[in-house]
Amino acid sequence: MSLGIEVDMSSPLMYGTPSSRVEGTPRSGVGGTPARQRPDLGSIRKAPQVDLHSDADGAVASEQALGQKLVIWGTDVNVGTCKEKFQRFLQRFIDPTSNEDENAGLDLNEPLYMQKLEEISVVGEPVLNVNCSHVQSFDADLYRQLISYPQEVIPTFDMAVNELFFERFPDSILEHQIQVRPYNALKTRNMRSLNPEDIDQMITISGMVIRTSQLIPEMQEAFFQCQVCAFSTRVEVDRGRIAEPAVCRNCNTTHSLALIHNRSAFSDKQMIKVQESPDDMPAGQTPHTTIVYAHNDLVDKVQPGDRINITGIYRAVPMRENPRQSNVKSVYKTHIDVIHFRKTDEKRLHGLDEDSDQKLFTEERVQILKELASKPDVYDRLSSALAPSIYEHEDIKKGILLQLFGGTRKDFSQTGRGNFRAEVNILLCGDPGTSKSQLLQYVFNLVPRGQYTSGKGSSAVGLTAYVMKDPETKQLVLQTGALVLSDNGICCIDEFDKMSDSTRSVLHEVMEQQTLSIAKAGIICQLNARTSVLAAANPVESQWNPKKTTIENIQLPHTLLSRFDLIFLMLDPQDEAYDRRLAHHLVALYYQSEEQIEEEFLDMAVLKDYIAYARTYINPRLNEEASQALIEAYVDMRKIGSGRGMVSAYPRQLESLIRLAEAHAKVRFSDKVETIDVEEAKRLQREALKQSATDPRTGFVDISILTTGMSATARKRKEEVAQALKKMIQSKGKTPAMKYQQLFDDLRGQSEAAITKDMFEEALRALADEDYLTVTGKTVRLL
Amino acid sequence: MRMWFICRFCCPAAQSNSNPEWEAKVLEYFKGQLKEKESHSWVPSLNDVPLHYLKPNSLVKFRCLVQDMFDPEFYMGVYETVDPSTKANVLRCGKYKDVTECGVDLNSRNTVTAERQTFYCVPIPGESPWAKEISFLSAARVVPSTSYVPSRQKRSYEEDDDDMDTQPQKQREPHTGTHQAEPHGNGDSKRQETEAPSSQTTTPSDCSSHLDLNFPLPGERGPACLVKVYEGLDSFKLNDTLEIYGILSVNPVLTVLGEEKDPSLLLLNPTESMETPEEQRAHDPPASLVPRLHMLYARPLQHNNPLLPSAPTEDQSAFVSSFLVEMASVRAELLAYLTHVLLGDGLAAEYLLLHLISDVYTRRDVLPLGKFTLNLSGCPLNSYTERLYQIVQQLVPCSYRLSMSLHTMNSMRLVPKKDYVANRLVSGALQLARNTSLFLDETQLEQGQLDSSGVRNITALGNLISWQKVDYDFSYHQMEFPCNINVLVTSEGRSLLPSDCQVPLQPQVTPPNMEEYLTTIHMAQFTSQINKFRVYLSLARTLDYSISDEVTKAVEDDFVDMRKDDPQSVTAEDLHRMLVVARLLSLSLGQTTLSRDGWMRAKHIDMLRRSRTEQQKSLNGNEP
Repeated sequence: MSLGIEVDMSSPLMYGTPSSRVEGTPRSGVGGTPARQRPDLGSIRKAPQVDLHSDADGAVASEQALGQKLVIWGTDVNVGTCKEKFQRFLQRFIDPTSNEDENAGLDLNEPLYMQKLEEISVVGEPVLNVNCSHVQSFDADLYRQLISYPQEVIPTFDMAVNELFFERFPDSILEHQIQVRPYNALKTRNMRSLNPEDIDQMITISGMVIRTSQLIPEMQEAFFQCQVCAFSTRVEVDRGRIAEPAVCRNCNTTHSLALIHNRSAFSDKQMIKVQESPDDMPAGQTPHTTIVYAHNDLVDKVQPGDRINITGIYRAVPMRENPRQSNVKSVYKTHIDVIHFRKTDEKRLHGLDEDSDQKLFTEERVQILKELASKPDVYDRLSSALAPSIYEHEDIKKGILLQLFGGTRKDFSQTGRGNFRAEVNILLCGDPGTSKSQLLQYVFNLVPRGQYTSGKGSSAVGLTAYVMKDPETKQLVLQTGALVLSDNGICCIDEFDKMSDSTRSVLHEVMEQQTLSIAKAGIICQLNARTSVLAAANPVESQWNPKKTTIENIQLPHTLLSRFDLIFLMLDPQDEAYDRRLAHHLVALYYQSEEQIEEEFLDMAVLKDYIAYARTYINPRLNEEASQALIEAYVDMRKIGSGRGMVSAYPRQLESLIRLAEAHAKVRFSDKVETIDVEEAKRLQREALKQSATDPRTGFVDISILTTGMSATARKRKEEVAQALKKMIQSKGKTPAMKYQQLFDDLRGQSEAAITKDMFEEALRALADEDYLTVTGKTVRLL
Repeated sequence: MRMWFICRFCCPAAQSNSNPEWEAKVLEYFKGQLKEKESHSWVPSLNDVPLHYLKPNSLVKFRCLVQDMFDPEFYMGVYETVDPSTKANVLRCGKYKDVTECGVDLNSRNTVTAERQTFYCVPIPGESPWAKEISFLSAARVVPSTSYVPSRQKRSYEEDDDDMDTQPQKQREPHTGTHQAEPHGNGDSKRQETEAPSSQTTTPSDCSSHLDLNFPLPGERGPACLVKVYEGLDSFKLNDTLEIYGILSVNPVLTVLGEEKDPSLLLLNPTESMETPEEQRAHDPPASLVPRLHMLYARPLQHNNPLLPSAPTEDQSAFVSSFLVEMASVRAELLAYLTHVLLGDGLAAEYLLLHLISDVYTRRDVLPLGKFTLNLSGCPLNSYTERLYQIVQQLVPCSYRLSMSLHTMNSMRLVPKKDYVANRLVSGALQLARNTSLFLDETQLEQGQLDSSGVRNITALGNLISWQKVDYDFSYHQMEFPCNINVLVTSEGRSLLPSDCQVPLQPQVTPPNMEEYLTTIHMAQFTSQINKFRVYLSLARTLDYSISDEVTKAVEDDFVDMRKDDPQSVTAEDLHRMLVVARLLSLSLGQTTLSRDGWMRAKHIDMLRRSRTEQQKSLNGNEP
């Protein structure tokens, strides 16, 4: 098996020695599989590779004891068997439980890949993506071969597919042969765990694109022409080098051949730098980067900033030696030749699908989680594991816990209503120094897609998205901000009250519609921002004033406040028993044995997995009783108010009640929302309302404080003042104009209750609205 | 002296590669040797000895901070060479080396690929001149295998430089000439020595001006080093301070490979042209400037105080217990000294002392415990803070003064940022080693406009103080690195930065000439005395600490009582602070458990401090 054979036969397979595999010729592997256009597709069926192959087999395979069993040199791959196995896989593999989006619209009970081939014949895109886990479940041995010897096995797969395809659809016309692109090699690795053993194996790693190069034309075949006799010859590139023919075969002139660039064949190539995604990194280390080469149609498929899964072949190339130097650096350059890209965040643009990054849980882990879930007090356990360094505030922690789990996502877009929000939004307000920030920091550290911003420092642009011109490519790039980045996560916003109005207004859309509309520099789009908002706000007067309502204390527009499911006050309770427990807690915090700390850290890891598992796998639905309970709860809430002549609950409250109940069911790992869930949701909502929506003047809980920004009593009083003023003016008889100040004094004199200037002005405004009078400067005119 | 020639020892060993244990044995051998008394001081240190005096391929040590971690690289662990004349194949070992021998057979089957990682290490940022000097002097005792005779020469260079671009560490009049005042004597033979090698020493520093060595702090000097790490990759973290023992490699080939590139080769092999020139420069700087160090063994440093035994061995515990006896008296002296320095304010001195021994000893979820950021408000203007910093610098092994002028806040890079073009982490002033004293001088801040980078810098400082973490900028995302930095803020009024505790300075004396006053105080201290203080401060930090159940109960009762009187005045935050104060107070006295008295004292001084701040508040009207 001399090298000559290889070169002449232009076979897609490479039969090299193990050491030459290290170098990898550019035409081997899928990166370089002939993607050349073949005008005559009919002949492909009897492509030279197939015939050639049997020759090649004979030439390169070492004969084993069995006689018949021929394998590719250096591997245990028998081309015939391998091809057969793969064809069988294509024809028979069925995955009834598949929920991949790629398989949408396919009949799950029919052989999956045959349907895909059919699709290829219709669409004409000659690429077949094969999920490696399917191969593994079908034939573990084949899978092992695929992973270990990708550059031998994938061309074999190609052959197999093409044979099968053209047998079935003999009349199809494709641009070139079908290429098999395996993905999701179960050996999915973190970039950090790549080691020398992975060289030349197929791997899948995840990461984030940080840089892409310009397109590089890579010479595949050099075209030489003799300057003397115009005889031309082609030389294939071998391991990055071209052997320039020294002698013209036609006229025997030496050194007469010149390279003709525009008749040489080039293929596209792009260098992409990928950085380890922040979630896979051990704390305290810097992220690793890897160089990735994309070929042909994979060029320009990804942009910097994309999070992708890459399947490819890991390569190590020795540093080129300088011929003039005798010793070389003993270091290899490593890179990955891409076979398949999969953007992990592209869903965000398409919407709808469930969270795609499936966190893999081992059996034992799931067992532990389920065991935990079956405990009756799991809810309390989890909530106490949340931010143990923060003392008490049990209900707040419970609320945040439910926020972490979130409700069930529902889709009503068919009926025109669009998505119902499944995310729970929480606002914490209270005195400075009540560890609100600490709670936010904790949550931010707990969830994988958390973002932490401070209202003071963030602009609307930083929260949403902005358009940037890439300095290199001059291309406009959409840079996403905190809210979009925390899609499917939690956006923690500290100092919510310090946020500018324009910034806050962005939140209106996000917090109800869960989308972000952007129209900037010619880019108009709607991004998903299905994020839960956890915000913290300080009162306007550095201390919380218990005599004022929540709105008055934090001075936030009620339109925004009503979008929070739960609003909690974090106040100092000021009672002795509490103080004692608090002191105990703090002292213990400062002095606790190592083991206890250890234990706690375990809890945090379990908590993380627990939440991730529940979010991915549990989708509770309301059962009959729970629905009844919800209806009753809502009706009750409405009733309370109607007695006093005010609205005490809006549909928004019902919606958030449902969300909370669903989240609570998720905590129990239950697929059904039951009455206990509704009870807890009710309790929590009541607690939150009791804290935030109590009218300080009457002591009653009044939802309208949050929904309209004013308590019902306050509104009533406003009306009374206006009426009194009107009466007074009427009693004065026909006076077309009055002095402002005098009118105010008169009213104050007449009224029993103290009337402030604000109230007076409000009353005037109310009357002006009735078209009863107008105020111009210092005079009041009747109309 | 066999030790220095590890490489020769390595290669034949590779031939018996069937036995992989030899590597472990080599390491074992060196670790054993280095553990022996004094033996580590035989090893020349890159920190002290100029590079050109060190033999290539010899064992050296380097006291440094891991500034950046490059991507792992694969190298030929074992390879085969073919002798062109005899055609004989020889197996060779590539470990601990940068370049291979002649005639590598790339297709040999015996090649073993192995993995290693490169760390970019810089000398510990902000290391105080005294710490450098003492470790230098102690190293001067033994001079093996280098032709270098340690002398005052190198020191004098550094000191001169320090004087020029950072801060004058000596208390001398600026006009008295640079070479005169040498506080620790020994400045005699310096003059003539500076002459001879001057041309050599200046060249690298000139070069380094256009090759950015990426030091965290401006005006830093010293060798940066590319450390090749073979074992225990996961045990190292960014910003770790290490003492690395390894084989020095300054093969000039490394430089040539980088520079002399055959352009035709580049054409055909795009793999190499992919590296931007910036990346080339960052990852393969000339070995004469940034030597390579192949790590055999690294010792994490708990502190870089050369006066203390660094390894936790028996002599350390002996040292500790002998010093504990003196602890209380040294504390009293130090307190008296600091009181003088703080213009007779005993309370502020007490707090400064506590601040200097504070340390983030653990973290509970996101909350760092033990940090004690001090805000000294009411500082006199006019270079008082500068002098104060010099005194702090004399006491702690690592420090940095950040003058928070509007210009520096707007222009300085505080937070490290990933440069994707050069593929390296561009350092910033907040990339500091653990227990570094960061002196924020807010008296320098004037009114004016902070631009966006200024706001970011202030936010970063705020985060550092409240959470003891720095969010490094990775452009697509931020990454959080926990840190352990003692922040001292000096300001006129209350600082705009958060702090754990604010002490308004109440000077008891008003010296007519501040400079003179402080200089005389400083000069009045003997070196031995200052050294005692230095040991004291480093040692107090390392002591263990606990609270008994009984005292816990007492503290709880106390808290409840305090709240009963006036719930507004004592909050959970106050309890947090008082617990830290109590801890530091006990440790400062050498007590490892909290006693009732200790708690009462802590309560007492906190009360004094609070009454002082309230006084200040009522004086200034409604200060926020």
